[in-house]
Amino acid sequence: MFEVIQNLGLGFSVALSPAVLFYAFVGCVIGTLVGVLPGVGPLAGISLLLPATFGMDATRAVVMLAGIYYGAMYGGSTTSILMRIPGEAASVMTCIDGYAMARKGRAGAALAIAGVGSYVAGTASVVGLMVMAPPLAAIALRFGPPEQLALLLLGLLVLAYMSSGSMLKALAMAALGLLLGTIGIDQMTGYMRFAYGVVELGDGLGVVPVAVGLFGVAEILATAGAPTPPAVVKPRLRELLPSRREWRDSAWPIARGSVLGFLIGILPGSAHIIASFVSYAVEKRLSRRPQEFGHGAVAGVAGPESANNAATSGAFVPMLALGVPSGPIPVVMLAALMVHGVAPGPLLIQNQPALFWGFIASMYVGNVMLLILNLPLVGVFVNILRVPYPYLYPAILVFSILGVYAVNSSVVDVWIMLIMGVLGYVLRKLDFETAPIVLGVVLAPLIELSLRQSLAMSDGRYSIFLEHKIAALLLAVGLVLVLLNMYTFARRGLDWRARIALAEKGEGS
Amino acid sequence: MSVDRLSGIALAVLGLLVLEETVRQRLPLGSLANPGPAYFPGVLACLVLVAGVALTLLGGSGPRFASLQWSEWRHALAILATIAFCALALERLGYRLTMFAALAFLIGYVERKPLAATVLLAAGLALGTFALFDTLLRVPLPRGPLGF
Repeated sequence: MFEVIQNLGLGFSVALSPAVLFYAFVGCVIGTLVGVLPGVGPLAGISLLLPATFGMDATRAVVMLAGIYYGAMYGGSTTSILMRIPGEAASVMTCIDGYAMARKGRAGAALAIAGVGSYVAGTASVVGLMVMAPPLAAIALRFGPPEQLALLLLGLLVLAYMSSGSMLKALAMAALGLLLGTIGIDQMTGYMRFAYGVVELGDGLGVVPVAVGLFGVAEILATAGAPTPPAVVKPRLRELLPSRREWRDSAWPIARGSVLGFLIGILPGSAHIIASFVSYAVEKRLSRRPQEFGHGAVAGVAGPESANNAATSGAFVPMLALGVPSGPIPVVMLAALMVHGVAPGPLLIQNQPALFWGFIASMYVGNVMLLILNLPLVGVFVNILRVPYPYLYPAILVFSILGVYAVNSSVVDVWIMLIMGVLGYVLRKLDFETAPIVLGVVLAPLIELSLRQSLAMSDGRYSIFLEHKIAALLLAVGLVLVLLNMYTFARRGLDWRARIALAEKGEGS
Repeated sequence: MSVDRLSGIALAVLGLLVLEETVRQRLPLGSLANPGPAYFPGVLACLVLVAGVALTLLGGSGPRFASLQWSEWRHALAILATIAFCALALERLGYRLTMFAALAFLIGYVERKPLAATVLLAAGLALGTFALFDTLLRVPLPRGPLGF
């Protein structure tokens, strides 16, 4: 315990330095904007701004990108409550009761409860991250190539299982992503694969052009012709104070949402989205007045908003402790670390204590900043929605091209972004999820290397994956997930993932 | 034809194409015990092929491809053309001229916004982002033949 406090002291000395504090603030402001703007989700926002971090050191970069991530969770509630437009998919559930409260004249109270709930959950879940990540990393240090391969495969399978919609389609996208990840020089033999004489493809497809293309450009292509959003309700500052009953009704939902969100966040998948759905269902089940849900129940705002914020911290646990991203957003954050020469994995906490603890401490500070930003300044952010989209999307496009080009100063990356944009646009139309593609591109070299190293260790015997107990256990869990999905398919029931898919449709992510 | 069935066929064709490519590029397959550079892509191509076939067989009941809305295709095409122009012109005309032309096309021609707003926004964004990234953040951006 003393060690944790000592490390946290080191973290605060980093996080409270003026430069880190500034980038945390910038990240929180951009994140709130990203959350407020419909169609620009946290993933697209982080992908677009990744190249802007290249001039910074790794700590400032990761602090700013994390600020965008959890800032988007705060900002997402604003448009949900005031306009019934979820700024990002995790705010879908907030639309239901948040907007109903706004129509009853309680918009300010709904915003305050969402802000306070997000703050409490965000801060509490950072404690969870702080306590869980170091011991998990210590265990992961004992992992060899077979365990590493099993863990990576399990990550892909869980992501496919947790994805909204069909697992078969998600697995097909993961395989496609892995296939794209094999482009370039083979690490073991030096053979050039599928490069067609393009020298720039030797290092493989970059994560940035793939992510910006699949999420950012595809989003612009799909929404540029869409009609303008409806009128905005503008709450006054004095209306922000919730009543005593509203505080009482939201205390337990905030506590439950924090715990649920953190635990779900650790699992791979669209954790922040799933967390808000599960929290809403739990609150409705536990409520003494379930009939109020859908008509302005404050618990329907407090629970999901706390859960989606707690899930963002949960998602950082496997990323920081194991170097295994649990979803597309941690994938881009890992890419940011790799660009700065920081090797992700169990040794990260040991080798980069200032980065890890500085990042943890910055999240405490960032949550305070966001509470201040999102309550008194809510009117300022709502005004951004008044910028017409015909002016907004060309600006976003400029940042996309600039960002992608800046990674390697290569126009080949701009072409890759264009191709990925078309692919992402078509796949959206065909109801495929694109997140597994990005994960596949990142994990392909790691999976291939672990497989070949494992076989080299065992003289070519595949039984090595069964002989190593942890690897066997991880693979068995993956198999159970596939079987579970086949069982659900056989029952042909509309399970929770299908319901999430229906809710997500048309809301952006 | 249903969307899923059509997607399944496309995936199956892609899987076959990749398998054909690994043979055409003469990448050594290696063996089960000692995989070569074609082994992993080959296995993945087979997985894509299997997923495609499964989707084709199981996906007959979903929405029809003809029912999909593509109403924004004109905008999408213009945006893609703009990105292609940027890729071609960025290192020839330089960042500022390329971005000014691209923004002017999107805001003025595609979105039919007033000339003054178009010029102001296009010039402001092209010059502003250059100043922010190249000058302040020291991200080197390409200059054109006239150093602009």
